[in-house]
Amino acid sequence: MANPSSTLAAGLGRRPKSRPKNGPKPKDTRPVWMEKPKPAVQLSKAIALVVICFLALYPLLAVLATSLSSQSEIANNNGLVLFPKEPTFAAYQTIFAGGVVTDALIRSLVITTVGTALSLVVTVAMAYGLTRRDLVGGRFFLMTALFTMLFSPGIIPSFLMVKELGLLDSYAALVLPTLMSAFNLVVVRSFFMNLPQELFEAAKIDGAGDFRILVQMVLPLSRGVLAVVGLFYAVGYWNAFFNAMLYLNDDNWPLSMILRQYVLLGQPMGDSAVAEIAVPSQAIQMAVVVISLIPIVIVFPFLQRYFTKGVLTGAIKG
Amino acid sequence: MSSNSQTLTPQVTPDVGGPATVAEGRRRGRPPAPGAGQERKKSLTARIRRDKVMLLLIAPGFLYFVVFHYVPLAGNIIAFLDYKPYLGFMDSVWVGLDNFAAMFQDGAFWEALRNTLVITGLQLALFFPVPICLALLLNSIVSNKIRKFVQSVVYLPHFIGWVIIVAVFSEVLGATGAVPHLLENLGLPRFDAMTTPEFFPFLVTIQSIWKDAGWGTIIFLAALMNVDQELYEAAAVDGANARHRLWHITLPGIMPVIVLLLILNLGSILSVGFEQIVLQRDNVGPGAGEVLDTYVYFHGIQDGQWGPAAAVGLVKGIVGLILVLGANKLAHFFGQEGVYSNGKSK
Repeated sequence: MANPSSTLAAGLGRRPKSRPKNGPKPKDTRPVWMEKPKPAVQLSKAIALVVICFLALYPLLAVLATSLSSQSEIANNNGLVLFPKEPTFAAYQTIFAGGVVTDALIRSLVITTVGTALSLVVTVAMAYGLTRRDLVGGRFFLMTALFTMLFSPGIIPSFLMVKELGLLDSYAALVLPTLMSAFNLVVVRSFFMNLPQELFEAAKIDGAGDFRILVQMVLPLSRGVLAVVGLFYAVGYWNAFFNAMLYLNDDNWPLSMILRQYVLLGQPMGDSAVAEIAVPSQAIQMAVVVISLIPIVIVFPFLQRYFTKGVLTGAIKG
Repeated sequence: MSSNSQTLTPQVTPDVGGPATVAEGRRRGRPPAPGAGQERKKSLTARIRRDKVMLLLIAPGFLYFVVFHYVPLAGNIIAFLDYKPYLGFMDSVWVGLDNFAAMFQDGAFWEALRNTLVITGLQLALFFPVPICLALLLNSIVSNKIRKFVQSVVYLPHFIGWVIIVAVFSEVLGATGAVPHLLENLGLPRFDAMTTPEFFPFLVTIQSIWKDAGWGTIIFLAALMNVDQELYEAAAVDGANARHRLWHITLPGIMPVIVLLLILNLGSILSVGFEQIVLQRDNVGPGAGEVLDTYVYFHGIQDGQWGPAAAVGLVKGIVGLILVLGANKLAHFFGQEGVYSNGKSK
């Protein structure tokens, strides 16, 4: 933010519309016709950017810092610490010593991994099937999927459906009801349709079947979109708590429900008989928050560059 | 793309509905030509044989949509029953429209409706402009590095779940949090933002802004990229300053997208973030924290008033569907020039 020439006058920084993939990187320069920005404008802009970043990051940093502090330091600092003087991992040690959070963490990881894999397989398969323009019943299948974006069957009928299927108290209840979203289906399908079709037609002439084309040609070309859609699914499974609240009893809770129970509602951790940790201290609560944040923060930077494309395809074509 | 069978089926009926794409029209125009019976039948089985792999690939997804979207949709019949779980659908008593009549006489329902509209209205007024302003600001940054960095920072909260966000907000704004202490130290009255009913709509809106305002910039940034850059140059040569260019080029340039999104938002005014509110409703009590979706959940699944709650859910669903469809119609009317043509050219 210190470099003053990098911020610019109101709303009009010009840059190349789209970067050619192999071309030279665009230069960060102001076009010739644009007047030199006033220092006051630049300064206010820089301040705005800093404030925005601060507002977005401060709560997360505060949570992290609090989780590393001792209870007395938290009390001295009126609840939130920004720079712990003597960082301590005591909270994390306590958490991982008691089995509740560890179990929930493993459960969440498994549910997220399995769920994401299943979702991706089903979505990719259906999206690929729907790319054939004159498919038998193609329009019907597509519309069946698209209409689900317009309505929701409602909480009660959905709940009863899961119950009727005998999925109560099973992990399948966390995955199957949200297995696929029509939005992601549209994103993947339109990506597939924008691939160079001549390639696949050539392969077909050479005798490759539909399935083989999917596995050996389409998928390797689609890593980017698979990464984004996979991320959307994974984040969905990781963050979901309501299905767990509806369908599971507390022995099987994933991390998000543990979070709700012990951090939001402040209930004692561990089953009441054992009472591993009485009422969790603030540091411990915040440590649970940090643990559930870690996977998101780790995956996020790798997938970031695909976001715009993924979101826009879905938004426009949908 | 022009495979054999397509040229074999010549009956391309022009689509009455209007400006669909060529491909769309072709697909719609496919089926039956009277009198082509024998030949069509043959070609249909041939096509099924040709498409069998594709159809097999579609099957699981199709099954999912049917089982978890369309069958439960039919389950809304419960709204007309005095449903008792131990009796099931078949043996529960049919009560006609009684559940709906009860709904209109239930004060809690009207309260939930009012809260829903207050919250969505406030979000429309306070949330909606934020991504636009943010996108304008981001777009004005010339340095790629700084822009990318700020973008990453503001996209991140979108991926954080509501449980975490509510936990973080209670840490910062809650009774023992930093902000109330700060207020106290400044000699101001204590204010617990998490549990004050009057503040609840604002709290919910602030949380939504924190989570999604950055993410919302994506579509506006794309629209800004599509504004013809030469217009700026021409205007600058003619002596337009930055403010003029913002007002006369940038804003008109992205107006179609703004209008489109505004209309789509209006279409979903009956829906507020369910997870977000169900987590916090008890902090402020149902008087301020109950919205239509939580009403259905608490009255139906928690209290066992299945029929009446399902009636509320059904009415919400139908009115919501009408609003969304209406909004889409309207958006097509306004947006065709802007978003759709831009989208196609990509």
